[in-house]
Amino acid sequence: MKIGYYPGCSLLGSSREFDESVRALAPALGLELVHVPDWNCCGASSAHVLDHRLALALPARILAQAEAAGLTEILAPCAACYNRLSTARDTLEKDPALAREIEAIIEQPVTGKVRIVNILEVLDRFSDVIPGKITKPFAHKVACYYGCLLVRPPKVLKFDRAEDPRSMDRLMAAAGAAPQEWNFKTECCGAAFSVTRTDLVAKMSGKIVDNAVKHGAEAIVVACPMCQSNLDMRRPEINAHLGADHTIPVLFITQALGLAMGIDANQLGLQRHMVPAVMTPAAV
Amino acid sequence: MSSAHHAPAPGDSLASRLRHELGINLNHCYQCGKCAAGCPVAEDMDNTSCQTLRLLQLERPELDRRVLESEAIWLCLACETCSTRCPQEVEVAKVMDYVREASLALDLAHPRSRDILAFHRAFLDSIRVTGRLYEIGLVADYKLRSRHLMKDVGLAPKMYVRGKLPLLPHFIKGRSGMKRIFQLTLGKKR
Repeated sequence: MKIGYYPGCSLLGSSREFDESVRALAPALGLELVHVPDWNCCGASSAHVLDHRLALALPARILAQAEAAGLTEILAPCAACYNRLSTARDTLEKDPALAREIEAIIEQPVTGKVRIVNILEVLDRFSDVIPGKITKPFAHKVACYYGCLLVRPPKVLKFDRAEDPRSMDRLMAAAGAAPQEWNFKTECCGAAFSVTRTDLVAKMSGKIVDNAVKHGAEAIVVACPMCQSNLDMRRPEINAHLGADHTIPVLFITQALGLAMGIDANQLGLQRHMVPAVMTPAAV
Repeated sequence: MSSAHHAPAPGDSLASRLRHELGINLNHCYQCGKCAAGCPVAEDMDNTSCQTLRLLQLERPELDRRVLESEAIWLCLACETCSTRCPQEVEVAKVMDYVREASLALDLAHPRSRDILAFHRAFLDSIRVTGRLYEIGLVADYKLRSRHLMKDVGLAPKMYVRGKLPLLPHFIKGRSGMKRIFQLTLGKKR
């Protein structure tokens, strides 16, 4: 099965293990990733803050590039990219006059034919075959953390349940894990404030890490580079804020699933995390 | 839809502009407080989201100005919890985007939002030039703009040894197109 692939900027840099683990998992599932040609940044958390049209034009160029390449569906593993691309597509679809204006800015047509899917939606399609491929069950209690951008706004994304999503929990259960019920599945981690308001990120991400630990999780599983980096790279600030010493690792769903499917930890980029993500065999 | 960045004429309240330009009717808000109750940064805000909506509802220039000058609009993370939970389907997060843009256009951004703005400007400058975000460039540019030169100096080497900080930017082929996009959008305001 072929699918368009939009890694997004952070998957080439600070979250390259997300890209590595997606690309390691794809062949094992019979999924062929076709890069969107000459893709640009979607504008992520900054464009919409400063300029409404810029926040539409940047994703529109990506959609246009994908259309021109004959792609009908794009996988955007980064939840921020997924959200911005989906929001732009939806806005242009509902406002044809604005769509024509944006087309003139990017000098390319956008028909809105391309569908944007997140990593959980794609993995869900393989829910029949995944159980048969599990060779080393990820036998740990996990907190599945979806963050904001995978499920909100629900009217645009139309993915899972906005308040209590289950797709990642199902996938992790299929991988042999025990997903825990906990409180902060969709709470914001502080997102792009990591550099500017690290104090707020420590507080917001701190609530998430602390709650996951309190509910017995041995790992937090995520599907967003910003969630991962805030919970992982900002752990010293989080622990200082909480006055705690939480060592719970934060894995991408593709890494946790990859490990369960017997893929080598280094190939999945596990060595790149700040909080060591060496998962010792758990007593089930 | 006309631009958000022209100065409001007398009587041209933010609420009426939101109604005409984005089809958002703030009168639908009956101040239940659900948006602020779910807002993860409410406790750090000078006006909570529902207070912001209330100020805008009254359509008075001095109250519009209080919104445009507030720090709250810059602390909003666009996590969309407010929009998702609003029983009246008011798109609060879109209102926040709109008032931020208006605040910038009138040069009313709160002094404490300086660092947040510096970050967003550095972010967008990075992609304007190369087409993709260059993280080292972003952080360097942010440090210069914000003058927080020593911030996170310990983090970069840790990221580098883990292969998370590529030293060179990615240049896309369509850079002239990217430049054009910026000129025709953000460019008008620079």
